[in-house]
Amino acid sequence: MAQTDQPKDLKYAETHEWVRVDGDEATIGISDYAQDELGDVVYLDLPWDDTSGHTLAQGGHFGDIESVKATSELFTPVGGTIVRVNQALKDHAEQVNSDPYGAGWMIVVKMSNPADLDKLMSAKEYTQFLGKPGH
Amino acid sequence: MSEHDATATSLRRTPLFETHRALGARLVEFGGWEMPVQYSSILEEHRAVRERAGLFDVSHMGEFYVEGAGAVALLQWLVPNDVARLQVNQALYTQLCRPDGGTVDDLLVYRLADERFMTVVNAGNIEKDWGWIASHATERPDVRLTNAADETGLLALQGPRAEAILQPLTQTPLADIAYYHFHPGTVAGVACVISRTGYTGEDGFELYFPAEHAVGLWNALLAAGQPQGLLPAGLGARDTLRLEAGLCLYGHELTDEITPLEAGLGWTVKLNKDSDFIGRTALEEEKRTGLRRKLVGIEPRDRGIPRAGYPILREDQTLGEVTSGTLSPTLDHPVAMGFVPPADAAVGTELEVAIRGKPVPATIVALPFYKRPK
Repeated sequence: MAQTDQPKDLKYAETHEWVRVDGDEATIGISDYAQDELGDVVYLDLPWDDTSGHTLAQGGHFGDIESVKATSELFTPVGGTIVRVNQALKDHAEQVNSDPYGAGWMIVVKMSNPADLDKLMSAKEYTQFLGKPGH
Repeated sequence: MSEHDATATSLRRTPLFETHRALGARLVEFGGWEMPVQYSSILEEHRAVRERAGLFDVSHMGEFYVEGAGAVALLQWLVPNDVARLQVNQALYTQLCRPDGGTVDDLLVYRLADERFMTVVNAGNIEKDWGWIASHATERPDVRLTNAADETGLLALQGPRAEAILQPLTQTPLADIAYYHFHPGTVAGVACVISRTGYTGEDGFELYFPAEHAVGLWNALLAAGQPQGLLPAGLGARDTLRLEAGLCLYGHELTDEITPLEAGLGWTVKLNKDSDFIGRTALEEEKRTGLRRKLVGIEPRDRGIPRAGYPILREDQTLGEVTSGTLSPTLDHPVAMGFVPPADAAVGTELEVAIRGKPVPATIVALPFYKRPK
Protein backbone atom coordinates (compact mmCIF):
# COMPACT_ATOMS: atom_id res chain seq x y z
CA MET A 1 0.00 0.00 0.00
CA ALA A 2 1.03 3.60 -0.49
CA GLN A 3 2.91 5.24 2.29
CA THR A 4 0.88 7.75 4.23
CA ASP A 5 3.78 10.18 4.74
CA GLN A 6 4.42 12.38 1.72
CA PRO A 7 7.76 14.18 1.29
CA LYS A 8 7.40 17.45 3.20
CA ASP A 9 9.37 19.62 0.76
CA LEU A 10 6.91 19.04 -2.09
CA LYS A 11 3.56 20.55 -3.06
CA TYR A 12 0.68 18.38 -4.29
CA ALA A 13 -2.24 18.73 -6.69
CA GLU A 14 -5.65 17.13 -6.26
CA THR A 15 -4.90 15.22 -9.47
CA HIS A 16 -2.00 13.54 -7.55
CA GLU A 17 0.97 15.25 -9.20
CA TRP A 18 3.75 16.67 -7.04
CA VAL A 19 6.00 19.71 -7.56
CA ARG A 20 9.54 20.29 -6.28
CA VAL A 21 10.56 23.94 -6.55
CA ASP A 22 14.12 25.09 -7.22
CA GLY A 23 14.23 28.81 -7.95
CA ASP A 24 11.82 29.41 -10.82
CA GLU A 25 11.96 25.78 -11.97
CA ALA A 26 9.45 23.17 -10.87
CA THR A 27 10.08 19.44 -11.20
CA ILE A 28 6.86 17.43 -11.60
CA GLY A 29 5.96 13.80 -11.02
CA ILE A 30 3.11 11.74 -9.57
CA SER A 31 2.68 10.76 -5.94
CA ASP A 32 3.40 7.41 -4.35
CA TYR A 33 -0.34 7.05 -3.83
CA ALA A 34 -0.94 7.62 -7.55
CA GLN A 35 1.67 5.10 -8.73
CA ASP A 36 0.29 2.54 -6.30
CA GLU A 37 -3.24 3.08 -7.57
CA LEU A 38 -2.11 2.68 -11.19
CA GLY A 39 -0.09 -0.46 -10.58
CA ASP A 40 2.66 -1.48 -13.02
CA VAL A 41 3.42 1.54 -15.20
CA VAL A 42 4.44 0.40 -18.69
CA TYR A 43 4.40 3.51 -20.91
CA LEU A 44 4.51 7.24 -20.61
CA ASP A 45 3.53 9.58 -23.36
CA LEU A 46 5.45 12.75 -22.52
CA PRO A 47 6.47 15.66 -24.79
CA TRP A 48 9.83 13.88 -25.29
CA ASP A 49 11.24 16.22 -27.91
CA ASP A 50 9.62 19.37 -26.63
CA THR A 51 12.52 21.64 -25.74
CA SER A 52 11.21 24.44 -27.88
CA GLY A 53 9.45 26.29 -25.14
CA HIS A 54 6.03 24.62 -25.08
CA THR A 55 3.89 26.61 -22.66
CA LEU A 56 1.25 25.16 -20.40
CA ALA A 57 -1.33 26.81 -18.17
CA GLN A 58 -1.79 25.58 -14.62
CA GLY A 59 -3.75 22.31 -14.83
CA GLY A 60 -2.75 21.84 -18.48
CA HIS A 61 -2.45 18.34 -19.92
CA PHE A 62 1.22 17.43 -20.42
CA GLY A 63 1.06 13.70 -21.09
CA ASP A 64 -0.50 10.30 -20.50
CA ILE A 65 0.54 7.42 -18.33
CA GLU A 66 -0.38 3.81 -18.99
CA SER A 67 -0.30 0.98 -16.51
CA VAL A 68 -1.30 -2.60 -17.24
CA LYS A 69 -4.67 -1.76 -15.70
CA ALA A 70 -5.47 1.76 -16.82
CA THR A 71 -4.71 4.88 -18.81
CA SER A 72 -4.54 8.21 -17.03
CA GLU A 73 -3.89 11.81 -17.99
CA LEU A 74 -1.16 13.97 -16.47
CA PHE A 75 -1.76 17.62 -15.58
CA THR A 76 0.81 20.22 -14.64
CA PRO A 77 0.23 21.67 -11.17
CA VAL A 78 1.96 24.92 -12.21
CA GLY A 79 1.85 26.94 -15.42
CA GLY A 80 4.99 27.58 -17.42
CA THR A 81 7.34 26.38 -20.10
CA ILE A 82 8.62 22.80 -20.31
CA VAL A 83 12.42 22.91 -20.16
CA ARG A 84 13.30 19.24 -19.54
CA VAL A 85 11.66 15.83 -19.91
CA ASN A 86 12.90 12.72 -18.10
CA GLN A 87 14.13 10.74 -21.14
CA ALA A 88 14.95 7.72 -18.96
CA LEU A 89 11.22 7.05 -18.59
CA LYS A 90 10.95 6.27 -22.31
CA ASP A 91 12.49 2.86 -21.71
CA HIS A 92 12.16 2.63 -17.94
CA ALA A 93 8.60 3.64 -17.15
CA GLU A 94 8.78 1.36 -14.12
CA GLN A 95 10.87 4.03 -12.35
CA VAL A 96 7.56 5.80 -11.68
CA ASN A 97 6.61 2.82 -9.50
CA SER A 98 9.95 2.19 -7.88
CA ASP A 99 10.94 5.81 -7.14
CA PRO A 100 7.98 8.17 -7.69
CA TYR A 101 9.63 11.15 -5.94
CA GLY A 102 13.10 10.58 -7.42
CA ALA A 103 13.98 8.79 -10.65
CA GLY A 104 10.29 8.81 -11.58
CA TRP A 105 10.18 12.59 -12.15
CA MET A 106 8.57 13.52 -15.46
CA ILE A 107 9.11 17.12 -16.52
CA VAL A 108 10.71 20.36 -15.38
CA VAL A 109 8.69 23.50 -15.95
CA LYS A 110 10.03 27.06 -15.82
CA MET A 111 7.22 28.66 -13.87
CA SER A 112 5.44 31.64 -15.39
CA ASN A 113 3.49 32.42 -12.26
CA PRO A 114 4.92 31.26 -8.92
CA ALA A 115 1.61 32.19 -7.28
CA ASP A 116 0.28 28.94 -8.81
CA LEU A 117 2.04 27.20 -5.93
CA ASP A 118 -0.31 28.83 -3.44
CA LYS A 119 -3.20 26.82 -4.86
CA LEU A 120 -1.45 23.49 -4.17
CA MET A 121 -1.51 21.34 -1.03
CA SER A 122 1.24 20.82 1.51
CA ALA A 123 2.27 17.25 2.36
CA LYS A 124 0.04 17.36 5.41
CA GLU A 125 -2.91 18.68 3.45
CA TYR A 126 -2.40 16.06 0.75
CA THR A 127 -2.32 13.28 3.33
CA GLN A 128 -5.61 14.59 4.75
CA PHE A 129 -6.99 14.82 1.21
CA LEU A 130 -6.15 11.15 0.60
CA GLY A 131 -7.98 10.22 3.78
CA LYS A 132 -11.24 11.72 2.56
CA PRO A 133 -13.71 9.51 0.71
CA GLY A 134 -14.37 10.19 -2.94
CA HIS A 135 -11.34 12.38 -3.67
CA MET B 1 -4.70 11.19 -12.43
CA SER B 2 -8.08 9.82 -11.61
CA GLU B 3 -9.20 6.63 -10.01
CA HIS B 4 -12.31 5.11 -8.60
CA ASP B 5 -13.02 3.47 -5.34
CA ALA B 6 -14.27 -0.11 -5.12
CA THR B 7 -15.57 -0.14 -1.59
CA ALA B 8 -19.29 -0.30 -2.33
CA THR B 9 -20.95 -2.46 0.29
CA SER B 10 -23.25 -4.45 -1.98
CA LEU B 11 -20.43 -6.41 -3.64
CA ARG B 12 -20.23 -10.15 -3.05
CA ARG B 13 -17.13 -11.73 -1.54
CA THR B 14 -15.57 -15.18 -1.69
CA PRO B 15 -14.68 -17.11 1.50
CA LEU B 16 -11.09 -15.93 0.95
CA PHE B 17 -11.84 -12.20 1.11
CA GLU B 18 -10.16 -11.66 4.50
CA THR B 19 -7.24 -13.86 3.43
CA HIS B 20 -6.68 -11.68 0.37
CA ARG B 21 -6.85 -8.56 2.48
CA ALA B 22 -4.29 -9.99 4.93
CA LEU B 23 -1.98 -10.69 1.96
CA GLY B 24 -2.17 -7.01 0.99
CA ALA B 25 -4.24 -7.57 -2.15
CA ARG B 26 -5.73 -4.64 -4.00
CA LEU B 27 -9.45 -5.40 -4.21
CA VAL B 28 -11.65 -4.25 -7.07
CA GLU B 29 -15.18 -4.78 -8.34
CA PHE B 30 -15.48 -7.51 -10.95
CA GLY B 31 -18.86 -8.75 -12.18
CA GLY B 32 -20.54 -7.75 -8.92
CA TRP B 33 -17.79 -9.30 -6.78
CA GLU B 34 -15.05 -7.71 -4.71
CA MET B 35 -11.99 -9.58 -5.92
CA PRO B 36 -8.19 -9.31 -5.69
CA VAL B 37 -6.83 -7.69 -8.85
CA GLN B 38 -3.22 -8.00 -7.67
CA TYR B 39 -1.17 -8.86 -4.59
CA SER B 40 2.25 -7.55 -5.56
CA SER B 41 2.30 -6.57 -9.24
CA ILE B 42 0.34 -7.84 -12.24
CA LEU B 43 3.60 -8.23 -14.18
CA GLU B 44 5.31 -10.23 -11.41
CA GLU B 45 2.29 -12.47 -10.93
CA HIS B 46 2.00 -12.99 -14.68
CA ARG B 47 5.65 -14.02 -14.94
CA ALA B 48 5.32 -16.33 -11.93
CA VAL B 49 2.55 -18.24 -13.75
CA ARG B 50 4.51 -18.46 -17.02
CA GLU B 51 7.78 -19.49 -15.37
CA ARG B 52 6.77 -21.19 -12.09
CA ALA B 53 3.23 -21.14 -10.71
CA GLY B 54 0.43 -18.90 -9.51
CA LEU B 55 -2.56 -19.52 -7.24
CA PHE B 56 -5.87 -17.85 -8.07
CA ASP B 57 -9.05 -17.65 -6.03
CA VAL B 58 -11.82 -17.98 -8.60
CA SER B 59 -14.52 -19.02 -6.15
CA HIS B 60 -16.73 -16.31 -7.64
CA MET B 61 -17.41 -18.61 -10.63
CA GLY B 62 -20.81 -20.33 -10.56
CA GLU B 63 -21.32 -24.11 -10.34
CA PHE B 64 -24.63 -25.74 -11.22
CA TYR B 65 -25.42 -29.46 -11.07
CA VAL B 66 -27.55 -31.00 -13.80
CA GLU B 67 -28.67 -34.50 -12.86
CA GLY B 68 -31.10 -37.19 -13.92
CA ALA B 69 -32.15 -39.33 -16.86
CA GLY B 70 -32.77 -36.21 -18.95
CA ALA B 71 -29.51 -34.43 -18.10
CA VAL B 72 -27.76 -35.29 -21.37
CA ALA B 73 -30.78 -34.29 -23.45
CA LEU B 74 -31.16 -30.94 -21.64
CA LEU B 75 -27.46 -30.07 -21.98
CA GLN B 76 -27.44 -31.12 -25.63
CA TRP B 77 -30.32 -28.70 -26.22
CA LEU B 78 -28.58 -25.89 -24.29
CA VAL B 79 -25.07 -25.96 -25.78
CA PRO B 80 -23.56 -26.24 -29.29
CA ASN B 81 -20.79 -28.63 -28.22
CA ASP B 82 -21.46 -32.38 -28.06
CA VAL B 83 -22.06 -33.31 -24.43
CA ALA B 84 -23.05 -36.89 -25.39
CA ARG B 85 -19.46 -37.56 -26.41
CA LEU B 86 -18.08 -36.64 -22.99
CA GLN B 87 -16.67 -39.52 -20.97
CA VAL B 88 -17.15 -39.62 -17.21
CA ASN B 89 -14.28 -37.58 -15.67
CA GLN B 90 -13.96 -35.48 -18.81
CA ALA B 91 -14.80 -31.78 -19.28
CA LEU B 92 -15.54 -29.62 -22.30
CA TYR B 93 -15.68 -25.94 -23.13
CA THR B 94 -18.86 -24.62 -24.72
CA GLN B 95 -21.42 -21.80 -24.71
CA LEU B 96 -25.07 -21.18 -24.00
CA CYS B 97 -26.46 -19.69 -27.19
CA ARG B 98 -29.57 -17.67 -27.87
CA PRO B 99 -31.91 -18.61 -30.73
CA ASP B 100 -30.19 -15.88 -32.83
CA GLY B 101 -26.77 -17.42 -32.14
CA GLY B 102 -25.64 -14.73 -29.69
CA THR B 103 -23.87 -15.95 -26.59
CA VAL B 104 -25.62 -16.02 -23.21
CA ASP B 105 -22.39 -17.19 -21.57
CA ASP B 106 -19.43 -19.48 -22.07
CA LEU B 107 -18.92 -22.35 -19.67
CA LEU B 108 -17.32 -25.67 -18.81
CA VAL B 109 -19.36 -28.87 -18.58
CA TYR B 110 -18.00 -31.68 -16.38
CA ARG B 111 -19.38 -35.20 -16.64
CA LEU B 112 -19.24 -36.38 -13.03
CA ALA B 113 -21.22 -39.56 -13.73
CA ASP B 114 -23.36 -40.91 -16.57
CA GLU B 115 -26.33 -38.79 -15.54
CA ARG B 116 -24.65 -36.20 -13.34
CA PHE B 117 -22.97 -33.05 -14.72
CA MET B 118 -21.48 -29.88 -13.27
CA THR B 119 -21.50 -26.66 -15.30
CA VAL B 120 -19.19 -23.77 -14.42
CA VAL B 121 -20.31 -20.33 -15.53
CA ASN B 122 -18.97 -16.79 -15.27
CA ALA B 123 -19.50 -15.01 -11.96
CA GLY B 124 -21.23 -12.01 -13.49
CA ASN B 125 -23.70 -14.27 -15.30
CA ILE B 126 -24.74 -16.64 -12.50
CA GLU B 127 -28.29 -15.26 -12.16
CA LYS B 128 -28.77 -14.85 -15.92
CA ASP B 129 -27.54 -18.38 -16.68
CA TRP B 130 -29.47 -19.97 -13.84
CA GLY B 131 -32.66 -18.32 -15.13
CA TRP B 132 -31.85 -19.36 -18.70
CA ILE B 133 -31.12 -22.98 -17.87
CA ALA B 134 -34.07 -23.30 -15.48
CA SER B 135 -36.45 -21.84 -18.07
CA HIS B 136 -35.47 -24.59 -20.49
CA ALA B 137 -35.87 -27.33 -17.87
CA THR B 138 -39.43 -26.56 -16.76
CA GLU B 139 -40.91 -29.35 -18.85
CA ARG B 140 -38.26 -31.85 -17.91
CA PRO B 141 -39.24 -33.71 -14.75
CA ASP B 142 -36.35 -36.07 -15.48
CA VAL B 143 -33.75 -33.37 -14.70
CA ARG B 144 -32.82 -31.95 -11.32
CA LEU B 145 -30.97 -28.61 -11.25
CA THR B 146 -28.97 -27.37 -8.28
CA ASN B 147 -27.30 -23.98 -7.97
CA ALA B 148 -24.22 -24.74 -5.85
CA ALA B 149 -22.38 -21.50 -6.60
CA ASP B 150 -22.36 -20.27 -3.00
CA GLU B 151 -21.31 -23.60 -1.51
CA THR B 152 -18.49 -24.32 -3.96
CA GLY B 153 -14.94 -23.02 -3.70
CA LEU B 154 -12.65 -22.91 -6.73
CA LEU B 155 -8.89 -22.42 -6.74
CA ALA B 156 -6.76 -22.44 -9.87
CA LEU B 157 -3.13 -23.55 -9.53
CA GLN B 158 -1.48 -22.67 -12.83
CA GLY B 159 2.01 -22.83 -14.27
CA PRO B 160 4.72 -25.28 -15.29
CA ARG B 161 5.36 -26.26 -11.65
CA ALA B 162 1.67 -26.81 -10.79
CA GLU B 163 1.85 -30.60 -10.86
CA ALA B 164 5.04 -30.72 -8.78
CA ILE B 165 3.46 -28.43 -6.18
CA LEU B 166 0.13 -30.26 -6.02
CA GLN B 167 1.32 -33.88 -6.10
CA PRO B 168 2.72 -34.03 -2.53
CA LEU B 169 -0.70 -32.87 -1.23
CA THR B 170 -2.73 -35.67 -2.84
CA GLN B 171 -2.72 -39.45 -3.36
CA THR B 172 -4.33 -38.99 -6.79
CA PRO B 173 -1.69 -39.64 -9.49
CA LEU B 174 -1.81 -36.32 -11.29
CA ALA B 175 0.24 -37.46 -14.27
CA ASP B 176 -2.71 -39.73 -15.15
CA ILE B 177 -5.11 -36.78 -15.48
CA ALA B 178 -5.04 -35.58 -19.10
CA TYR B 179 -5.86 -32.05 -20.25
CA TYR B 180 -9.59 -31.34 -19.89
CA HIS B 181 -10.00 -34.39 -17.69
CA PHE B 182 -10.50 -34.53 -13.94
CA HIS B 183 -10.60 -36.91 -11.02
CA PRO B 184 -12.29 -36.78 -7.63
CA GLY B 185 -9.63 -36.83 -4.92
CA THR B 186 -8.41 -35.39 -1.65
CA VAL B 187 -6.02 -32.43 -1.54
CA ALA B 188 -4.55 -31.47 1.85
CA GLY B 189 -7.41 -33.38 3.49
CA VAL B 190 -10.13 -31.63 1.47
CA ALA B 191 -12.38 -33.56 -0.93
CA CYS B 192 -11.93 -31.96 -4.36
CA VAL B 193 -12.66 -32.36 -8.01
CA ILE B 194 -9.11 -32.15 -9.38
CA SER B 195 -9.41 -30.82 -12.93
CA ARG B 196 -6.60 -30.34 -15.43
CA THR B 197 -8.02 -27.12 -16.85
CA GLY B 198 -7.29 -23.42 -16.65
CA TYR B 199 -7.53 -19.99 -18.19
CA THR B 200 -3.88 -18.99 -18.47
CA GLY B 201 -2.41 -20.93 -21.39
CA GLU B 202 -0.23 -22.92 -18.97
CA ASP B 203 -0.51 -26.40 -17.59
CA GLY B 204 -2.34 -26.46 -14.28
CA PHE B 205 -5.25 -27.56 -12.18
CA GLU B 206 -8.55 -26.22 -11.00
CA LEU B 207 -9.83 -27.55 -7.68
CA TYR B 208 -13.55 -27.55 -6.82
CA PHE B 209 -14.39 -28.18 -3.16
CA PRO B 210 -16.85 -27.25 -0.38
CA ALA B 211 -16.46 -23.52 0.18
CA GLU B 212 -15.94 -23.82 3.95
CA HIS B 213 -12.51 -25.38 3.29
CA ALA B 214 -11.31 -22.49 1.14
CA VAL B 215 -8.94 -20.87 3.64
CA GLY B 216 -7.34 -24.16 4.70
CA LEU B 217 -6.81 -25.34 1.15
CA TRP B 218 -5.50 -21.95 -0.02
CA ASN B 219 -2.96 -21.84 2.82
CA ALA B 220 -1.86 -25.44 2.20
CA LEU B 221 -1.29 -24.77 -1.51
CA LEU B 222 0.51 -21.49 -0.86
CA ALA B 223 2.80 -23.11 1.71
CA ALA B 224 3.53 -26.08 -0.58
CA GLY B 225 4.23 -23.81 -3.52
CA GLN B 226 6.25 -21.02 -2.02
CA PRO B 227 9.56 -22.96 -2.07
CA GLN B 228 8.88 -23.45 -5.81
CA GLY B 229 8.28 -19.77 -6.44
CA LEU B 230 4.47 -19.88 -6.38
CA LEU B 231 2.80 -16.48 -6.00
CA PRO B 232 -0.81 -15.68 -5.18
CA ALA B 233 -2.14 -14.12 -8.38
CA GLY B 234 -5.08 -11.81 -8.96
CA LEU B 235 -7.57 -11.11 -11.69
CA GLY B 236 -5.17 -8.63 -13.32
CA ALA B 237 -2.67 -11.36 -14.16
CA ARG B 238 -5.51 -13.76 -15.01
CA ASP B 239 -6.62 -11.27 -17.65
CA THR B 240 -3.18 -10.67 -19.19
CA LEU B 241 -2.49 -14.44 -19.17
CA ARG B 242 -5.75 -15.38 -20.89
CA LEU B 243 -5.31 -12.58 -23.41
CA GLU B 244 -1.82 -13.79 -24.40
CA ALA B 245 -3.34 -17.27 -24.73
CA GLY B 246 -6.05 -15.86 -27.04
CA LEU B 247 -8.89 -16.95 -24.73
CA CYS B 248 -12.23 -15.15 -24.83
CA LEU B 249 -13.57 -13.20 -21.87
CA TYR B 250 -17.33 -12.91 -21.62
CA GLY B 251 -18.41 -9.27 -21.92
CA HIS B 252 -15.49 -8.60 -24.28
CA GLU B 253 -15.02 -11.23 -27.00
CA LEU B 254 -18.39 -12.87 -26.29
CA THR B 255 -21.69 -11.13 -25.56
CA ASP B 256 -25.39 -11.65 -26.18
CA GLU B 257 -24.74 -10.08 -29.60
CA ILE B 258 -21.60 -12.05 -30.56
CA THR B 259 -21.84 -15.64 -31.81
CA PRO B 260 -19.23 -18.31 -31.00
CA LEU B 261 -18.44 -18.55 -34.74
CA GLU B 262 -17.54 -14.85 -34.86
CA ALA B 263 -15.37 -15.31 -31.77
CA GLY B 264 -13.33 -18.03 -33.48
CA LEU B 265 -14.89 -20.82 -31.42
CA GLY B 266 -16.15 -22.84 -34.39
CA TRP B 267 -14.22 -25.86 -33.07
CA THR B 268 -16.68 -26.00 -30.14
CA VAL B 269 -19.81 -25.66 -32.31
CA LYS B 270 -20.90 -29.15 -33.43
CA LEU B 271 -23.50 -28.41 -36.11
CA ASN B 272 -23.56 -32.09 -37.02
CA LYS B 273 -24.16 -33.54 -33.58
CA ASP B 274 -27.14 -35.87 -33.16
CA SER B 275 -29.27 -33.41 -31.19
CA ASP B 276 -30.80 -30.11 -32.09
CA PHE B 277 -29.68 -27.15 -29.94
CA ILE B 278 -30.68 -23.55 -29.29
CA GLY B 279 -29.18 -21.31 -31.95
CA ARG B 280 -28.41 -24.09 -34.40
CA THR B 281 -30.41 -22.66 -37.28
CA ALA B 282 -28.89 -19.22 -36.86
CA LEU B 283 -25.34 -20.59 -36.60
CA GLU B 284 -25.84 -22.81 -39.66
CA GLU B 285 -27.13 -19.80 -41.57
CA GLU B 286 -24.19 -17.68 -40.42
CA LYS B 287 -21.76 -20.37 -41.49
CA ARG B 288 -23.47 -20.71 -44.89
CA THR B 289 -23.75 -17.00 -45.71
CA GLY B 290 -20.47 -15.96 -44.11
CA LEU B 291 -19.57 -14.20 -40.89
CA ARG B 292 -20.37 -10.52 -40.38
CA ARG B 293 -17.17 -10.03 -38.38
CA LYS B 294 -14.30 -12.07 -37.09
CA LEU B 295 -12.20 -12.00 -33.95
CA VAL B 296 -8.53 -11.33 -34.73
CA GLY B 297 -5.23 -10.78 -32.97
CA ILE B 298 -3.73 -7.32 -33.43
CA GLU B 299 -0.22 -6.08 -32.77
CA PRO B 300 0.23 -2.31 -32.82
CA ARG B 301 3.71 -1.29 -33.92
CA ASP B 302 4.08 1.64 -31.55
CA ARG B 303 3.91 2.47 -27.89
CA GLY B 304 0.66 2.64 -25.99
CA ILE B 305 -1.88 0.06 -24.96
CA PRO B 306 -4.88 -0.67 -27.18
CA ARG B 307 -7.80 -1.00 -24.78
CA ALA B 308 -11.37 -2.29 -25.05
CA GLY B 309 -13.53 0.06 -27.11
CA TYR B 310 -10.71 1.70 -29.09
CA PRO B 311 -11.58 1.90 -32.82
CA ILE B 312 -9.83 -0.28 -35.41
CA LEU B 313 -9.38 1.81 -38.58
CA ARG B 314 -7.97 2.05 -42.05
CA GLU B 315 -7.66 5.47 -43.65
CA ASP B 316 -10.26 6.99 -41.31
CA GLN B 317 -12.75 4.21 -42.03
CA THR B 318 -13.80 2.35 -38.89
CA LEU B 319 -13.49 -1.42 -39.35
CA GLY B 320 -14.32 -2.52 -35.83
CA GLU B 321 -13.37 -2.24 -32.21
CA VAL B 322 -10.79 -3.57 -29.79
CA THR B 323 -12.38 -5.98 -27.29
CA SER B 324 -9.34 -6.56 -25.04
CA GLY B 325 -5.80 -5.25 -25.05
CA THR B 326 -2.75 -5.11 -22.86
CA LEU B 327 1.00 -4.92 -22.83
CA SER B 328 1.94 -8.58 -23.22
CA PRO B 329 4.35 -9.20 -20.34
CA THR B 330 5.77 -12.29 -22.08
CA LEU B 331 6.27 -10.68 -25.50
CA ASP B 332 7.00 -7.20 -24.11
CA HIS B 333 4.87 -5.44 -26.69
CA PRO B 334 1.22 -4.42 -26.87
CA VAL B 335 -1.36 -6.94 -28.08
CA ALA B 336 -5.10 -6.76 -28.61
CA MET B 337 -8.07 -8.74 -29.78
CA GLY B 338 -10.93 -7.20 -31.69
CA PHE B 339 -13.52 -7.69 -34.39
CA VAL B 340 -13.06 -6.74 -38.06
CA PRO B 341 -14.95 -7.67 -41.25
CA PRO B 342 -13.81 -11.07 -42.63
CA ALA B 343 -12.29 -9.34 -45.69
CA ASP B 344 -9.86 -7.53 -43.37
CA ALA B 345 -9.16 -10.47 -41.08
CA ALA B 346 -6.28 -12.23 -42.84
CA VAL B 347 -3.02 -12.56 -40.93
CA GLY B 348 -0.63 -9.88 -42.14
CA THR B 349 -3.35 -7.33 -42.93
CA GLU B 350 -2.24 -3.79 -42.13
CA LEU B 351 -4.59 -1.44 -40.33
CA GLU B 352 -4.59 1.06 -37.48
CA VAL B 353 -5.77 1.20 -33.91
CA ALA B 354 -6.73 4.57 -32.45
CA ILE B 355 -4.90 4.58 -29.12
CA ARG B 356 -6.15 7.49 -27.03
CA GLY B 357 -7.43 8.99 -30.28
CA LYS B 358 -4.15 8.68 -32.20
CA PRO B 359 -4.05 6.16 -35.07
CA VAL B 360 -1.16 3.71 -34.59
CA PRO B 361 -0.15 1.31 -37.38
CA ALA B 362 -0.95 -2.32 -36.54
CA THR B 363 -0.83 -5.79 -38.08
CA ILE B 364 -3.25 -8.68 -37.80
CA VAL B 365 -1.46 -11.68 -36.31
CA ALA B 366 -2.46 -15.26 -35.60
CA LEU B 367 -4.04 -16.14 -32.26
CA PRO B 368 -2.89 -17.11 -29.70
CA PHE B 369 -0.15 -14.58 -29.07
CA TYR B 370 1.51 -17.05 -26.74
CA LYS B 371 1.64 -20.83 -26.81
CA ARG B 372 3.44 -22.68 -24.06
CA PRO B 373 6.44 -24.79 -25.01
CA LYS B 374 5.49 -28.49 -24.95
